[in-house]
Amino acid sequence: MTLVHRQSTIPVAGPPAPRYEGPNRRTPAPPAGELVDSPGFPTAARRELDLPVQRGNLHQAMTTIRTKRQQCVSELDHWEELRLAGEAIKNRTLRHLDSYLVQLEENLTAAGATVHWARDAAEANRIITGLVKEALADEEVHYDGTGVVGDEVVKVKSMVTQEIDMNEALEAAGVAAWETDLAEIIVQLGHDRPSHFLVPAIHRNRAEVREIFLAEMGTYGKPAPPDLDSEPRNLAGAARLHLREKFLRAKVGISGANFAVADTGTLVVVESEGNGRMCLTLPQTLISVVGVEKVLPTFDDLEVFLQLLPRSSTAERMNPYTSMWTGPTGGDGPEKMHVVLLDNGRSRVLADRIGREALRCIRCSACLNVCPVYEKVGGHAYGSVYPGPIGSILTPQLRGTTSAVDRSLPFASSLCGACFEVCPVRIPIPELLVYMRNQVVESKKAEAKSKPGMPFLAHGEPAAMTGAAWMMADSRRWSAATKGVGLSGRILGKADHLGPMPWPLSKWTNARDVPIPPQESFRSWYKRERGGGSR
Amino acid sequence: MATKPGEGMRVALFATCANDVMFPDTPKAVLSILERLGCSVEFPEKQTCCGQPFANTGYFDETVPVVRNFVDAFGGYDYIVGPSGSCVGAVREQHEMLAEHAGDAGLARDVSLVAPHVYDISEFLVNVLNVTDVGAYFPHKVTYHPTCHSIRVAKVGDAPMRLLQSVKGITVLDLPDSDRCCGFGGTFAMKNPDISTAMAADKARHVAGTGAEYLVAGDNLCLLNVSGVIARQGGGVKPIHLAEILASTEGSAA
Ligand code: SF4
Repeated sequence: MTLVHRQSTIPVAGPPAPRYEGPNRRTPAPPAGELVDSPGFPTAARRELDLPVQRGNLHQAMTTIRTKRQQCVSELDHWEELRLAGEAIKNRTLRHLDSYLVQLEENLTAAGATVHWARDAAEANRIITGLVKEALADEEVHYDGTGVVGDEVVKVKSMVTQEIDMNEALEAAGVAAWETDLAEIIVQLGHDRPSHFLVPAIHRNRAEVREIFLAEMGTYGKPAPPDLDSEPRNLAGAARLHLREKFLRAKVGISGANFAVADTGTLVVVESEGNGRMCLTLPQTLISVVGVEKVLPTFDDLEVFLQLLPRSSTAERMNPYTSMWTGPTGGDGPEKMHVVLLDNGRSRVLADRIGREALRCIRCSACLNVCPVYEKVGGHAYGSVYPGPIGSILTPQLRGTTSAVDRSLPFASSLCGACFEVCPVRIPIPELLVYMRNQVVESKKAEAKSKPGMPFLAHGEPAAMTGAAWMMADSRRWSAATKGVGLSGRILGKADHLGPMPWPLSKWTNARDVPIPPQESFRSWYKRERGGGSR
Repeated sequence: MATKPGEGMRVALFATCANDVMFPDTPKAVLSILERLGCSVEFPEKQTCCGQPFANTGYFDETVPVVRNFVDAFGGYDYIVGPSGSCVGAVREQHEMLAEHAGDAGLARDVSLVAPHVYDISEFLVNVLNVTDVGAYFPHKVTYHPTCHSIRVAKVGDAPMRLLQSVKGITVLDLPDSDRCCGFGGTFAMKNPDISTAMAADKARHVAGTGAEYLVAGDNLCLLNVSGVIARQGGGVKPIHLAEILASTEGSAA
């Protein structure tokens, strides 16, 4: 199935746009290093584990939101039916995604929007940058406030624009892209990366936010009041004043969409602060970047998702702002609307019968909030804009399993299964993690085959796994091998715990004591006591 | 008991590889509970492992012969009972996927004939034999950790708790955040040792806070993980498998 009409080969998520390199930045520089070049998860995780303040912040926030979600969900006695409905609608959509996308394009066009198709990040950024430049050059500016009208856009918080690193692509083209979501501003002004889908600054506490605002706001616009304290109300107030300026003079707004309804050509954004609605209504041109998996067949389907999403994400019965727009309306809101439909690896995921279940994700972040691994390390360890359990499967699906970080992500889970329990669209994340682990192993095997030198089996893990599995396939080999275990117990003498053990067990025993195996296995005991088994 | 609930039942004991070698007292306990309840228990010697450690590390091709061995060992039994929610869950939930992955229709059929007959000891007692009071006596304070795979894969529900609460002399103390993972996760503990340790430390802290003498679970490897941290921290809470509590009676020393 090919989603993007004008192409024959299945696209793969390409590299992001070239990073900005010039001297005079218009927005705060994010930390150096491409996400895809991150070290493997265990290395990055160790770095994050060493941040005690962040660990405390995460623990506190996760515990609160987890408890709230549980309460909010248990109010509904038909929650499981809603989940099943969400799963079914998304599955149907994905099965016929090509026709729903064509329908969406027709209805968006009929409503007055211009539709663009982007195969990968670079193409999307090229299209967006071109549209922004055009809009900035063309439009009359109706702004009589203070400040200078510059080359800038305001943004609704969006995962997909982070996925393609759009802000940096715009920066490279001389355009400042301003985040307007409170947590996103904290991240942007903090020269940081988001750590969570929904609460990108979850790893920061109030005192840190105050410092960031005081240090940075003045450089990029209206400064924070010098007597700013760390009261959440006052922090939000400072952000509001800082942003108001940017909203009033912005000629272009950029958004993503939570849902794109095929039968009406309607885009839907749900948010809690109202900043999104400002971006969707004030600028003259609106550019919406939408992943192709965001389609819903009919307007009625929203009924299910507008219940599932807020309860799962913010633990609210209904989200405060739901904006729906079906093309531009004269004299009200943007005059021009562009929609960029992005593939960036999605049709490859769709082609995988097993892996495609991950495309049901509505980015509610419930799986992050219950994940004990995410709670320890936060989002940055995942080397992707999609952290947590869903990120651990989706990222290597979208980007492939060749880089160190992408190969390590499917293993960034203890497979405890808490994520599946909360997922509103019932994505079997633990099963997909195991499936992706197999993809990683297979890709390493293929790589070893194509390269002369060290054979796959000469590496530690493949040798250990293959050898142990071979032993386990035959009880005679297994009982022969286990005879030695009791012996090692005798040799080790009286101590009742094993000391340091050789790799790879050492990694586990470094922080734990392990009792010495008993002298006689159950099997030998049974044979001695009962004279052998039944067969 | 007039007639014993397990009278006339032929049960295969699935010892699991880790319990066979590291914790033989646990399968011995299962054997004694089942026999006490009247079952006729056999130990199919051909058995080894459920294959989960290899499958969960991504080695599907390598696991298929292990699955083959499992169905050969246990085929034909109506009841296959083991002391591990994790291994039992893997047989029921993973074997079919592995057979399909191998494209082996014969194996898939054999799996579908065997897997539904596999039970964790707690669900076998409560749901099949319909007993919660198995005549056990254990005069100690305990706290129960429901392991992730027993609640979310094997779905044993409240069976372990009902069994525990029916034990004579026992005091069962609530474990805060009991359903959070202990951080073992098979090879996860080796691939991500730092996070695993941090998770185990949380669990150990909660366990210590209950004031229990024993930490009970239905999976010895999770117990090993948490108690290893408790021991390193100098704590005195002892790990014990649920089956060992259920096996101990007023006559036996515990
Ligand atoms: S995978 Fe499920 S729980 Fe996680 S963000 Fe997506 S929809 Fe939410």
